[in-house]
Amino acid sequence: MIQADLNVILPELILAVYAMIALLLAVYSTKDKMGPLLVWSTAGLMALLALWIAGSGSGNNVAFGGMFVDDGFSRFAKVTILLSAAAVLVMGQDYMARRGMLQFEYPLLVSLSVVGMMMMVSAGDLMSLYMGLELQSLALYVVASMRRDSVKSTEAGLKYFVLGALSSGLLLYGASLVYGFAGTTKFEGIIQVAQHGEVSVGLLFGIVFLISGMAFKVSAVPFHMWTPDVYEGAPTPVTAFFATAPKMAAMGLFARVMHDAFGNAVSDWSQIIALLSVASMFLGAVAAIGQTNIKRLMAYSSIAHMGFALMGLAAGTVFGVQAMLIYMAIYVTMNVGTFAFILMMEKDGKPVTDIASLNLYSRREPGKALAMLVLLFSLSGVPPMLGFFGKFYVLRAAYDAGLAWLAIAGVVASVIGAFYYLRIVYYMYFGEEGDELDRNSSPVLWGFLMASAAVMVLGIINMFGVEGAAAAAAATLVN
Amino acid sequence: MSVFAFYLFAISAITGGLFTVISRQPVHSVLWLILAFLSSAGLFVLLGAEFVAMLLVIVYVGAVMVLFLFVVMMLDVDFAELKAEMAKFMPLALLIGLVILMQLVMAYGAWESAHGAAELMANPITTEHHNTEALGLILYDQYFLLFQLAGLILLVAMIGAIVLTLRHRKDVKRQDILAQMFRDPAEAMELKDVKPGQGL
Repeated sequence: MIQADLNVILPELILAVYAMIALLLAVYSTKDKMGPLLVWSTAGLMALLALWIAGSGSGNNVAFGGMFVDDGFSRFAKVTILLSAAAVLVMGQDYMARRGMLQFEYPLLVSLSVVGMMMMVSAGDLMSLYMGLELQSLALYVVASMRRDSVKSTEAGLKYFVLGALSSGLLLYGASLVYGFAGTTKFEGIIQVAQHGEVSVGLLFGIVFLISGMAFKVSAVPFHMWTPDVYEGAPTPVTAFFATAPKMAAMGLFARVMHDAFGNAVSDWSQIIALLSVASMFLGAVAAIGQTNIKRLMAYSSIAHMGFALMGLAAGTVFGVQAMLIYMAIYVTMNVGTFAFILMMEKDGKPVTDIASLNLYSRREPGKALAMLVLLFSLSGVPPMLGFFGKFYVLRAAYDAGLAWLAIAGVVASVIGAFYYLRIVYYMYFGEEGDELDRNSSPVLWGFLMASAAVMVLGIINMFGVEGAAAAAAATLVN
Repeated sequence: MSVFAFYLFAISAITGGLFTVISRQPVHSVLWLILAFLSSAGLFVLLGAEFVAMLLVIVYVGAVMVLFLFVVMMLDVDFAELKAEMAKFMPLALLIGLVILMQLVMAYGAWESAHGAAELMANPITTEHHNTEALGLILYDQYFLLFQLAGLILLVAMIGAIVLTLRHRKDVKRQDILAQMFRDPAEAMELKDVKPGQGL
């Protein structure tokens, strides 16, 4: 039995063992000189694992008595998580190294956090869900306050930690209520008893608490208050990481719990998620307008985007989950490109996050400005770019599920949100003469920026097959 | 008899918890907390979970609480000032607490479990295994994955604590084990004959 179980969790096992071996090697050797090497080897291993999972994974495999589920849905999420984490690690390496922040623990904490994320999207039990979530968040708290001499970074870590602990408490309390109702913590047991029409008030409270805990992790309104401060305070490469892989993991976990455990009572929770979705979309769109710091702006942007992704989940259908997966894959790709650009914003070797510093950027670096333009159009959902199709899918899913009001609210919010993305474009192309940014020409960052922008344009042909993969993944989750 | 014992332990646990929160002296709070732990250990014994009861006494009362006491004594925190700060937010906190309490009353007042849930939850320990054996079976067999994940979480906590606090200082003298091992006793010490009143 144990042999078969271990085979199912082999990718997670390899990554965890790698992290421990690398930790020992680094501790007993040259310490921080290992940093760049470990970044590259971790990223390489993650990319290999992603290829392996995408290529060889098949069927529905359940391990450890139902605590770990390896199905099409979890594989889709894992590939996205692994690839984005690898990309962000490589992107941030130069930035961290030049500021003396590239301790060898950074890539290892990231890889342990990725192990947690892979556990989250594969959870088949309330307990393994919590363990994965804690492993992921604990590592994130540490990397958020990695820049020890900065007050803002420390504040970010502390704030994230305290509020994260609170949300874990909410989630655990909800889990205890659900256990009290169902008598089991396994999703396959819960789904049998949590039928529509038999959901008691107590179970509903449990579901609400569970949703609150998970909404905190995806930073949906009203559990978003940590996001802008943490995004601003954390070192930029860490912010880039926060905006990509953990978001995908949390959304994957959200969808897994709602469909695997409460899939027979969709009408009981879909309203709650629809409300979270509307609030996130509007708050993200409106609050971002006044921001001058591009990292805070990206934080509000991510809140708004999570609102759209939750819209797919609120639909409660197979198509809704498919739309959510497509949306998340596109969102992660866009954010990798955007943060590659933000990492290049420097003046006299120091990072700059003020939007006004981008004045007339297009005259000096037309290529990068054009790529950023494509990404910003895509983020706001302007039609020819891929981002539009992501929004189109979730809106259609909501409309098909009878949530027309939600779809209309989504369109309105995305029009409001377009304003602040286009404001950056305005600065880059029509701004006033001002101080110039350095001509940073890091080939790695340039490559990621260009590749991401190219995906946004070329992806409209066939979405690189993501659509079909997402459909197959969604079909394994919802039945 | 066991009913009497239950109420005794239950009341002292609640009293301990209450005074942990409201007592003015932080050291007293810790002592009250110890009472709460000991009473809960008693409750565990009544449930037939002797091993968990002993763990509670040894780990929490024996180790964690002693640590707490030290921390409370070492930290120079003005608790009166903290409490004054807290008092400002008290009305809001009470209001929120009341709302949550009402909600819980609603949830538990109409509590109903799913059909068959009670049987699933009742008496999970079989009589043919004794306590430690049953715990071992659960931890290392059924919950093997969770146990290992808990280990990883602790590893992350350890790495995190070191990353965030360790500073390499140049002026600290470090032990060089190889140098110590290859030390030659013949050269380590030199005897000098010092004449009285002359010095070296």
